[in-house]
Amino acid sequence: MTRQMTGAKMVVQALKDQGVDVVFGYPGGAVLPIYDEIFQQNDIRHILVRHEQGAVHAAEGYARSTGKPGVALVTSGPGATNAVTGLTDALMDSIPIIVLSGQVPTFLIGSDGFQEADTVGITRPCTKHNWLVKDPERLAETIHEGFHVATSGRPGPVLIDIPKDVQFATGAYKEKTKGPKSHYAPQMKGDMDTITELVEAMEKAKRPVFYTGGGVINSGPAASQLLRELVEATGFPITSTLMGLGAYPASGDKWLGMLGMHGLYEANMAMHDCDLLINIGARFDDRITGRIDAFSPGSRKAHIDIDPSSINKVIHTDMPIVGDVAHVLEDMLNVWKSRGRKTDRDNLAKWWKKIDTWRSVNCLAFRQEGKVIKPQYAIQRLEELTKGHDRYISTEVGQHQMWAAQYMGFEAPNRWMTSGGLGTMGYGFPASIGTQVAHPESLVINVAGEASWLMNMQEMGTAVQYRLPVKQFILNNERLGMVRQWQELLHGERYSQSWSEALPDFVKLAEAFGAKGIQVSDPDKLDDAIMEMVEHPGPVIVDCLVEKHENCFPMIPSGKAHNEMLLGEAETQGAIDPKDSVLV
Amino acid sequence: MSALKIKKGSNSHSAYNLRPTFSDVEESHTLAVLVENEPGVLARVIGLFSGRGYNIESLTVAEVDHTGKLSRITLVTSGTPQVIEQIKAQLGRIVPVHEVHDLTVEGRAVERELALFKVSGKGDARIEALRLAEIFRANVVDSTLESFVFEITGTPEKIDAFAELMTPLGLLEVARTGVAALSRGVGLAVGLK
Repeated sequence: MTRQMTGAKMVVQALKDQGVDVVFGYPGGAVLPIYDEIFQQNDIRHILVRHEQGAVHAAEGYARSTGKPGVALVTSGPGATNAVTGLTDALMDSIPIIVLSGQVPTFLIGSDGFQEADTVGITRPCTKHNWLVKDPERLAETIHEGFHVATSGRPGPVLIDIPKDVQFATGAYKEKTKGPKSHYAPQMKGDMDTITELVEAMEKAKRPVFYTGGGVINSGPAASQLLRELVEATGFPITSTLMGLGAYPASGDKWLGMLGMHGLYEANMAMHDCDLLINIGARFDDRITGRIDAFSPGSRKAHIDIDPSSINKVIHTDMPIVGDVAHVLEDMLNVWKSRGRKTDRDNLAKWWKKIDTWRSVNCLAFRQEGKVIKPQYAIQRLEELTKGHDRYISTEVGQHQMWAAQYMGFEAPNRWMTSGGLGTMGYGFPASIGTQVAHPESLVINVAGEASWLMNMQEMGTAVQYRLPVKQFILNNERLGMVRQWQELLHGERYSQSWSEALPDFVKLAEAFGAKGIQVSDPDKLDDAIMEMVEHPGPVIVDCLVEKHENCFPMIPSGKAHNEMLLGEAETQGAIDPKDSVLV
Repeated sequence: MSALKIKKGSNSHSAYNLRPTFSDVEESHTLAVLVENEPGVLARVIGLFSGRGYNIESLTVAEVDHTGKLSRITLVTSGTPQVIEQIKAQLGRIVPVHEVHDLTVEGRAVERELALFKVSGKGDARIEALRLAEIFRANVVDSTLESFVFEITGTPEKIDAFAELMTPLGLLEVARTGVAALSRGVGLAVGLK
């Protein structure tokens, strides 16, 4: 059955058929026909953001917290270019989002028309795929294909650029078809021979470790379930990247904590000393590996990834398995069970003993003394007072992000929204809005630094307009904390441009937007401030004034190996080799 | 010619060799990449090479299946074995890319390039240019009283050799197409069925 309709109507119809219930967007000249269609229906809710970057990050927050694709709608030219940071962020962290952009009419393309930009050209390297639709007959199928590409294989962002005359033109609406209609069909099942080889290696391993990443979350809840089953059954220790937190519960006794540059001592030491490293859905990012030639030197390495290009890109892999994490974990479990559920228990017990000595270093220890709140203490109290809630956490980027990853515990996947690969300051606030829209009854907290938060502070308007009770928990050190830390370690304590001398009064700022503001600077009043934030039914900004010169530890300095971690202030003198200072 | 039914990376002669031999020696490889002929597809391939810092030594592209709207890109690139594997995997990630084949690995390939040479000269030099062209089986496709345009096909090495000989004889201009390549025999046919 074909139905004739305008391109603008097709857009709305296709979104409905794809099960979209909310779109984050900002109108403009080149998308007016689509906005007119949105006006005339009630199935799809539109959230008006205050800047297109906010729309894309909100769509990311929605996608990360639900596992469903997020949708953003922006106009041509500046609307589309403002979406670029969000698209790049989603590409780096493999988040499925669909950005629909308006474009000048086809007959004006190339004429440097008003609000014209070469959107598909600009976004080509920051999307998984993008399309310029010049023919209304192809619009519906392109949107359906867009959802297919964004959500299949390694997820990612797509952009569909729709000229204004195509939105007005009439054509036949193509229904969403079941089954594969596209040649794009990534491999889901892993190679059984390699899976068997890996299981054999697991049976013999003396010092194994699971190193998991965002791929477990992206593979869906079944993958996290299977991972938990595999970890409990084998008794192997498990660590995770920033992106993978929550796939295995932080309360689990096999949990070593996050690994990497600001990862836990026990996690990094286990990575360095293991004899079998099983990478599940992670990509050997440079925040994880540290010095490549000293990375986990004595281990055989298995790598499970749905993207063949991740394998052998950075670290040589002995057992490469291309496939979806859930599919491969299921096969691994079946093979391991059918071979008699074997592990080297004696050596595993010795390995755990060693891990316990590393754990006893207590690398996250800090002292809360005096009248100034330590940022670690603020996060620790936030964790303690909110962990019982149905809770989602987003973050901005910097020290506060690492402290949140270190001191907060995630028990389930899709509860942790953070910008890992791109490191986008300004991500967390709009992401918390997208998350709150998806989970209106839940407690959504954005752990922020004041500098990051200011980058997208205009979204306060969005939070207030839609009565989204997002909690903005700002660790205010009046510094770009991570920049300051690197300047201290690498640039002779010359703090070039890393503080602001004109910060707003965050309480008044909240009130100016019609929200609640709370300031706290006394450690004894911190708990009350947090509880006041949690119990307030609307959006809240907490301006938590913290120690200004706190550094984030543990830290693997640039160009160092996992077993050369810095644990505290005393060890930082000359920690970074001048030749390694080019590394970021 | 019918539309093609190809599943990326799943055929028995997949280009995804996931267990590379590690070496620092740079190699030159000829890749055949079958892509959907849609707008911007060449920009995606070229953008991948510039964005990730890989080399392109030669690149040719044309639609080879008009029904199925498929183009074949023949690429000559160089790098260590790890880099070559990464290039193939990255090419495979591009959504409109259907197949990636490393002709250098999969079987001895036939490689040919076409070039046009404009040579200007008088007297002995002009005669010598014509004589050498004959040896190289180059055709004269244009002639004036003081110039020839030669058309030559062959391996890139043969064309390099011809260029070297023509230079002292009054070489004015060269146009080269870049390499087109096919694997030998029927076993590894890419694309059309």
